[in-house]
Amino acid sequence: MRLSGLEPLIVSPESNFINIGERTNVAGSRKFLRLIKDELFDEALAVARHQVDGGAQIIDINMDDGLIDGKEAMVRFLNLIAAEPDICRVPVMIDSSKWEIIEAGLQVVQGKCVVNSISLKEGEEKFIWEATQIKRYGAAVVIMAFDEVGQADNYQRRIEIAERSYRVLVDKVSFAPEDIIFDLNIFPVATGMDEHKRNAIDFIEATRWVRQNLPYASVSGGVSNVSFSFRGNNTVREAMHSVFLYYAIQAGMNMGIVNPSMLEIYDDIPKDLLERIEDVILNRREDATERLLDYAETVKGVKKKDDGKALEWRLLPLQERITHSLVKGIDAFILADVEEARLSVERPLYVIEGHLMTGMNVVGDLFGSGKMFLPQVVKSARVMKRAVAHLNPFIEAEKGEEQQAMGRILMATVKGDVHDIGKNIVSVVLGCNNYEIIDLGVMVPPEKIIETAKKENVDAIGLSGLITPSLDEMVYLAKEMERQNFEVPLLIGGATTSKAHTAVKIDTQYKNAVVHVNDASRAVTVVGDLLNKKTSTQYVSNIKKEYEVFRENFLKRAKTKSYTSIVEARNRKFKIDWETSNIFKPKELGIQTLEQLSLKKLVPFIDWSPFFRSWDLHGRYPDILTDKVVGEQATSLFADAQEMLEEIVIKQALKPKAIFGLFEANTINDDDISIQKKGKEIAIFRTLRQQLKKREGKSSIALSDFIAPKESKKQDYMGAFCTAIFGADELANKYKEQEDDYNAIMAQALADRFAEALAEYLHKRVRTQHWGYASSEKLTNQELIKEDYKGIRPAPGYPACPDHLEKETIWDLLDVEKQIGVRLTESMAMWPAAAVSGYYFGNEEAKYFGLGKITDDQVLDFATRKGISLEKARKWLYPVIADN
Amino acid sequence: MSDIYQEIQKRILILDGAMGTMLQQYNFSEEDFRGQRFKDYPSSLKGNNDLLSLTQPAAVKEVHRKYFAAGADIVETNTFSSTTIAMADYGMENLVYEINYESAKLAKEAAAEFTEKEPHKPRFVVGSIGPTNRTASMSPDVNDPGYRAVTFDELRVAYKQQVEALLDGGADLLMVETVFDTLNAKAALFAIEEVKSERNIKVPVMISGTITDASGRTLSGQTAEAFLISVSHIPLLSVGFNCALGANLLQPHLETIASKTDVAISAHPNAGLPNAFGEYDETPYEMALQIEEYLKKNLINIIGGCCGTTPAHISAIAELAEQYEPRKLFANI
Repeated sequence: MRLSGLEPLIVSPESNFINIGERTNVAGSRKFLRLIKDELFDEALAVARHQVDGGAQIIDINMDDGLIDGKEAMVRFLNLIAAEPDICRVPVMIDSSKWEIIEAGLQVVQGKCVVNSISLKEGEEKFIWEATQIKRYGAAVVIMAFDEVGQADNYQRRIEIAERSYRVLVDKVSFAPEDIIFDLNIFPVATGMDEHKRNAIDFIEATRWVRQNLPYASVSGGVSNVSFSFRGNNTVREAMHSVFLYYAIQAGMNMGIVNPSMLEIYDDIPKDLLERIEDVILNRREDATERLLDYAETVKGVKKKDDGKALEWRLLPLQERITHSLVKGIDAFILADVEEARLSVERPLYVIEGHLMTGMNVVGDLFGSGKMFLPQVVKSARVMKRAVAHLNPFIEAEKGEEQQAMGRILMATVKGDVHDIGKNIVSVVLGCNNYEIIDLGVMVPPEKIIETAKKENVDAIGLSGLITPSLDEMVYLAKEMERQNFEVPLLIGGATTSKAHTAVKIDTQYKNAVVHVNDASRAVTVVGDLLNKKTSTQYVSNIKKEYEVFRENFLKRAKTKSYTSIVEARNRKFKIDWETSNIFKPKELGIQTLEQLSLKKLVPFIDWSPFFRSWDLHGRYPDILTDKVVGEQATSLFADAQEMLEEIVIKQALKPKAIFGLFEANTINDDDISIQKKGKEIAIFRTLRQQLKKREGKSSIALSDFIAPKESKKQDYMGAFCTAIFGADELANKYKEQEDDYNAIMAQALADRFAEALAEYLHKRVRTQHWGYASSEKLTNQELIKEDYKGIRPAPGYPACPDHLEKETIWDLLDVEKQIGVRLTESMAMWPAAAVSGYYFGNEEAKYFGLGKITDDQVLDFATRKGISLEKARKWLYPVIADN
Repeated sequence: MSDIYQEIQKRILILDGAMGTMLQQYNFSEEDFRGQRFKDYPSSLKGNNDLLSLTQPAAVKEVHRKYFAAGADIVETNTFSSTTIAMADYGMENLVYEINYESAKLAKEAAAEFTEKEPHKPRFVVGSIGPTNRTASMSPDVNDPGYRAVTFDELRVAYKQQVEALLDGGADLLMVETVFDTLNAKAALFAIEEVKSERNIKVPVMISGTITDASGRTLSGQTAEAFLISVSHIPLLSVGFNCALGANLLQPHLETIASKTDVAISAHPNAGLPNAFGEYDETPYEMALQIEEYLKKNLINIIGGCCGTTPAHISAIAELAEQYEPRKLFANI
């Protein structure tokens, strides 16, 4: 039998038992019935998804209930499933006793599904008509062992009805025999009634007969029925299911409705229990039922240990409970505790200034002394925010003084830049130290920062940026603040910033304080010192002096390194012998997009180490989980991440998209790569060459060295790609709306990981499939993360090619924005922020390297080659130019 | 009529190339599309290619002749969009029977001319049944994934009318093609089965799906094999793929289904992927070279072209195909 959802399901004599998911059945699951009745379709879909993720190969859907419109519910649910690739990849089983529901279901399913069920109950004519329709709709069918007389309840009746049904279907309807599945009625055993004793054994024997006498037909059934008389005693039920299946599968039952969580492992069943169950199932002893009942009494009500101890802290005094909630980041009780606190004091504001600040001071002290870590602090902030949100209406109603914050701080990611995880973390940490944060978000134009700073009378401005051009924006803003006579301190942070750049380029533009803050934990002390009226003058002058000294040393040091000229560097290029080098022609030249990607497939490709780094936890995954200092926190953070990850995957909350192209390519003029289509140039990539003086025999590498030069007369190839994860902002905002910064930041951090994982996944596909030069590659994910593969995928803006402008060339070449919607800001940041773009080099000698610093002669040469002004080239290459 | 089941055992059958690409070369104006009959029609008709079977029948017939002359064994009727659902855009639902009937008749007349000239190479007409412009298993509204713009029954009724008219007009075969949503195709197959059973006739049926991008799936998300399984419940002459991709990118999907079915395999790929101007610029020679890869592997029973292909492409393909054996068929058809 061959069935299909979005993907095929082949049932052959070699296949294992086919497991049919049974939770999406209103007759069998009270929860599912409630969800459908209340029209909670999202949750109902989650039930279906859970089944598929849990290994169900077919999902049975049943809407037969007097309180719902079964036909409408069936159609609606199947239509919704069709929009969920993770669910509808498996075939569905349309389960109903009403023909109109079955037919409505058949009309909305594109794959080859199964109808469950029809029978001879109302005579042959109706049976033939229904079977003919089912055949035209292209479905397989479950036939109930039921006829005009009634349901088959013994061996003889089962095989008679099965044979008659089979002959009618095959001979009169020309129904494909492999598309026939018999449900031979699984009835309870050990009911105490004599006529039920053979229920299981008759089913098993009838199964054997059908499989031997009715070629190609399958046998199925609902397994949980067999143990019906032991409801409430899961130990016995689970063992009974397992024993029943053990014998039924041997007899030829090849599919069935089984709840995997209600199944004991056959070998784990205690010997004495196993024997008694076998006696019942196989009807081996007169007193089998009594003996099993006796046994069942002894294992009744075995329960899991309770966790009452974990809640002992609830008995502590109010302040200690609030502090505990804040320190541990527990939000389950905070509203009740805060309400109790509010009723105990004169003014609601006192709860914030008293109870909550007392708790947050403990958090601050622990964090300051390195006993708490960033993820915990962010969780504390979440609890704090919830508490404050609860109190705010009371404070406003009182119409009294607003809370006196310690200071008001403006935070922004500068124009052209979209990265804000770091900025969000700093905002949260400052926020929970009682600073009022005005967060202007990302891509904020300088005018808006200036205007808001004035209007809101802020006490400090924090700027963040991740990509090179953001540095210029910061310099510009410092100049503007100077011009407009600002006095408030300027805080600089973000991955691309450095103390050197801050000291040399920004500090000199603004006569008030400029401080480079490289991590969130420093932010609190720096801001505290800057805003403390007593110490600030002294602190600012110290900082200014420190930066001046740093600047002088830095500028002196910069001169001490020596460089070769670009001409000389080209003479020392990385040599590949193009006569012998193995150039592999891509199997699929041209551009392709991938939009139907499943997040689940990407999970194994995630590199977790950077995830921990984004939370200021340093160390390598998985070692970090057992690290002496941060291990406990890392483990807890990782658990939270896994939980959200699962939810994201199940709800498809993020949308991966990718585009890539493989092209003919040759290096021209040493450092440029000409991209061609059928010999016609369609783009040129400009690469940069190392110039730092090296030992004799060491080459000065540029990416162009990895592609055969035109003069070699060898046709070479390269690729370009962009991967992106859409939906992270929406998800983060949803959490922010719930005052949940912890999960908002988590969502962004996970989206970043997914974008990188997608790049890794795509690279693997390209290597093994689309380009195909490594079609036999077998690497573990750890090896992938360690970059043990052949060929490289360097990204513009990163060490081998720090020039962000090259992204424009990739965008033009692949038409990235139009095809998958990722766009470039004026600073060449990608939007959405969780995105990766780069090149593919396939030569086995290609390797990652860092460009290091380059000198003015190459900058000028680069500007000329690229046809841009020297000024523009200097701006974009600023961080890698040697004499800065 | 000669039996296509015999012909397909003997050699690789050649299907025609694009009708639209050829009609574009006539540069028909709005007036040409309207002809005398629709000169006062309230809405614009330019672009309604199927209507040309009524207003410019000579041109349509000429295209069929050019493809037969290039070596095609089978031409497709000019009826890709001739259902009440697709014609609703022009308000021409009531012309659907006539367009299908006349289109089949035009193609049949052209076929008869060539069969008479070359009796050893009988020519066939396949009624082209397109996907319509609506999808039965996907929602056009991103905010309401459960919504559907068309139902199975609406499609079934529309397809039934098209099938009846195509057969009345003389189509020898039927082809449900460019299937991007398998549920639409299943409605078409359902309608065909109904007509067959009501008229008590047998009609060879071809089905051709469309793999939309590098994910290797149809627009509605099915893998090639899942698509094959979903349409295998009625007797088919052939199953295959067309459109969206060039010949080279189609190959792995053809290999997938060829190893999993007993019926004939068909392919009519595009002339490569469109360039930046939406034009197909793969030359006949380039396309034929790629198709030769199918032929070398004995993957194919029916081969032709979709978007961007011309009689020159078909001629190049036909010349190559003549030198190769068809894929062996064991099915009892």
